[in-house]
Formats: sequence, structure tokens, C-alpha cells
Amino acid sequence: MNDMATPTLTGTPPLELQGVTFTHRGQRLLGPLDLRLTGCRRTLVMGPNGAGKSLLMRLAHGLLAPSAGRVDWQGRTPRQAMVFQRPVLLKRSALANLTYALAVNGTPRPERRTRAREALERFGLAALEKRPARVLSGGEQQRLALARAWLLDPEVLFLDEPTSALDPAAIQAVEDAVQEFHRRGTRILMSSHDLHQARRLADEVLFLNAGRLIEHGDAATFFTAPASREARAFIRGELVL
Amino acid sequence: MASDAGAFATALDLILGLDPDLLGIVALSLRVSLTAVAIATLVGLPLGAALALWRFPGHGAVVVALNALMGLPPVVAGLCVYLLLSRAGPLGELGLLFTPTAMVVAQVVLVLPIIAALARQQVEELHHEYREQLTSLGLSRLRMIPTLLWDARLGLVTVVLAGFGRASAEVGAVMIVGGNIDGVTRVMTTAIVLETSKGDLPLALGLGIVLLGLVALVNAGAYLVGETSRRRLG
Repeated sequence: MNDMATPTLTGTPPLELQGVTFTHRGQRLLGPLDLRLTGCRRTLVMGPNGAGKSLLMRLAHGLLAPSAGRVDWQGRTPRQAMVFQRPVLLKRSALANLTYALAVNGTPRPERRTRAREALERFGLAALEKRPARVLSGGEQQRLALARAWLLDPEVLFLDEPTSALDPAAIQAVEDAVQEFHRRGTRILMSSHDLHQARRLADEVLFLNAGRLIEHGDAATFFTAPASREARAFIRGELVL
Repeated sequence: MASDAGAFATALDLILGLDPDLLGIVALSLRVSLTAVAIATLVGLPLGAALALWRFPGHGAVVVALNALMGLPPVVAGLCVYLLLSRAGPLGELGLLFTPTAMVVAQVVLVLPIIAALARQQVEELHHEYREQLTSLGLSRLRMIPTLLWDARLGLVTVVLAGFGRASAEVGAVMIVGGNIDGVTRVMTTAIVLETSKGDLPLALGLGIVLLGLVALVNAGAYLVGETSRRRLG
């Protein structure tokens, strides 16, 4: 399924979710959910809209606190970055968006420009360094968000439906970037409702439906022999209700 | 009618001839209002941003109070500062009443709520958009403030201008705490009131024209800055 060997040696601490629940205004939107992620695998979070994919990513990344349960990085909290569905870029140039992120994480000033330029180069944005980030195309903006994440050298990268608003060429660029992170040994947790994309990228799949974790297993098994009725229907392209 | 036209011509003469009395009044007006706006900006922008980012018990009451103070009548602000600074008042010993400093204080009281309240709205909107990304980058709320203020800069220019507009146009506060003393605390608005009541329409009219011109100039500048950067930054 995947043409690249998964790096197995990693110092990235395991992520364990224990009984994690998220409730909003008395309504349970996610959980209770138990989950353990290890290594530097590419995990695709799948499921229909409203299944809780984005919530799960935000809880794991620490943007939201669970209403009950624990999100536990065993040992130490690793360096993390997140790429959102709609990239949030600051009102300054492409280059300045990157040097900003480096300033925030404490990179010494003299290094910032050089490293930011390298990242622009890597993501095919070198010609656009002076352009205001907000006037770039959707695909360019998402690549800039990926370049920013790259500079933070994350051990764990979260991507929340990063391609859902992009055209095929831009989707290709994002998927290439994900593979670059993977080669660097970054653990990847990415949500998507695109089955083809999941087949291209996933080592393992988390399948959510209606706020519950229905399946968690190897991508090969999930796509060929899903265990649950919901996952079978989802893979056949039926509407999961 | 004829005397009005005559007054207008004399007013233009005063302006074009750079009449020293008129220049002195204009200079003092600018000094007082610009100082007040600068102080209110330095305090008001971080204050507004902090109110946008932090929730605490009584937060709603503070926001409502700040919004209400935007409509504070200048004479009331002037009266409060007068009571503070008058001989018998708590700060009477400083001897600031009827000085330009007192006028600055009164205008800060008027302008600060405008700048803080409007900045809070702008920053809150932007924070809503940026919150997750900035949190993901590892910024504490305190460290978000400079970023949010800088990225809201286009809107905040208008906010500061609104403050300047209020400071330069009000008459009640500076009249009460300044006393409209010739050559010491006489500014454009208080001079216009005085000269009009004395019947010296040319000077009043001349000052009125300068006041209008200044406000128009500042707003035109801000409009240009805003438009260019909007086009550049998207």
C-alpha cells in the first residue's frame, strides 16, 4: 500500500488518551475514547462530517481540554505543530510569517532568515517570499502553513483536513509535504474524509462515527476487511448515518 | 450677510497671513490633543487587547462601562478632573488646574474609553480567527497581544483617529479645567466659543476653518495609508 518504509526507531513519546470525552452545552460530542499512538506512523482519522475528527485532533494537540479523561504524552510532551483546514496566516509577507514562527520558538535572530528561506525553497515558495501571505492562492497558503510547521521541527504533526478546499495540484503538493515530514520521522495524525487520499497516505486508520472510535487498525486491514458495519458502508461510499 | 462674507475674507487673511495669535492657539490645540491621544493609545490599545483575551468575573460589566464611557459628556469629564485637581481636591497640591497638563488629563479621560473599547472589538475579532494557530505555536495570551495589535493595525489606525477627532473637537472639558486663559490654555474650540460670543467672527471663523482642515487632513492621510496597505496586505 505504501511505497515508503515506515521508520520505526523513534524517541517520540507515545500518546495515550484515556476515557477522553468532550461535552459542549450538555451534549456529548466525543468519547469516551481510549487510544494509544506510538512510533512515527501516518495515522489517518476518518469518518463522516460531525464524527468528531477535528475535535479529536484538537484534544490531542491540546487546543481543547477534555471534559473528562486524560490526554497523556507518556514521558514528556513532544514538539508539535498543527496545520488547519483554512490556513491562518499573519498579515505580513510570506517570509515574515516564517521568521515570526521561528522567533516564537526562540530561534536566534541571525538564523531566522536563512532557515525561513530554506523552508520557502523546500516548499516551492521561494519566488513568493516578499508577497503578503494573505493574497497567496489557497494552495500556496497551505504550503506556507506547512513550511511554517516544518520550521518548528515537530515530532508530531497534526493536519486537520488540510486538502479539503484545494484543487488536485495543490492536494498533491500537500501530500508530498506530508511524505517529507514522514521521511523526517514525524508522527502524523491527519484527518480526511477522502478515501483515496487515505489509501495513498495511511499506515493506520482511526475510524470515527458520531463521536465514537469505531475502528483503529492497520490501513491495509481497514480498507480490505473493515470490521464494523459503519466502516464497510463508509468504504463502499454509502452515506453513513 | 455682507458682514458674514467680510468675516470669511478676514478669516482667510488671518490664516494666510499666519497670524501669530491664531498660530499660537492652533499649536497649543495640537499639543494638547496629540499628547492626550498618544497617552490614551499607549494605555488603551494594550488594555483593549487584554479585555479581548482575558475573561474574569465582572468582565461584562467592565466592557459595558467602557462602552458607556465612550459617550461621556466632555463637561462631565471636565468637572471630574476639575474636582480632582482643584485646590481642595485630592490632587490639588500639584497645582495643575488651569494648565495645559490638566487639559491633557481631561482629554485622556475622554479618549481612553474610545480607544480601549474599539480596540477590544477589533482585537477580539482577530483573536477569534488567530486563537488556535497562535496557541498551536505555543504563545501565551500575554505574548499574543503584540501580534494581535500589529495584525489589527489597519483597523486600529481608524480607532486612534476616532480618538483624535473627539479630542480635537470637544470644548467642554478643556474649558472647565483649562479656563481658556489667553496665551496659556486657550485652544481652538474654546477660542471659537469666546470669539463668537464677543462678536469677533473673523477669528472664530478662521479657527473653525483651520480645525476642519486639520481633521480633514488627518483623515485623508489615514485613508491613504489604509487603502495602500489593504491593497498590499490583502
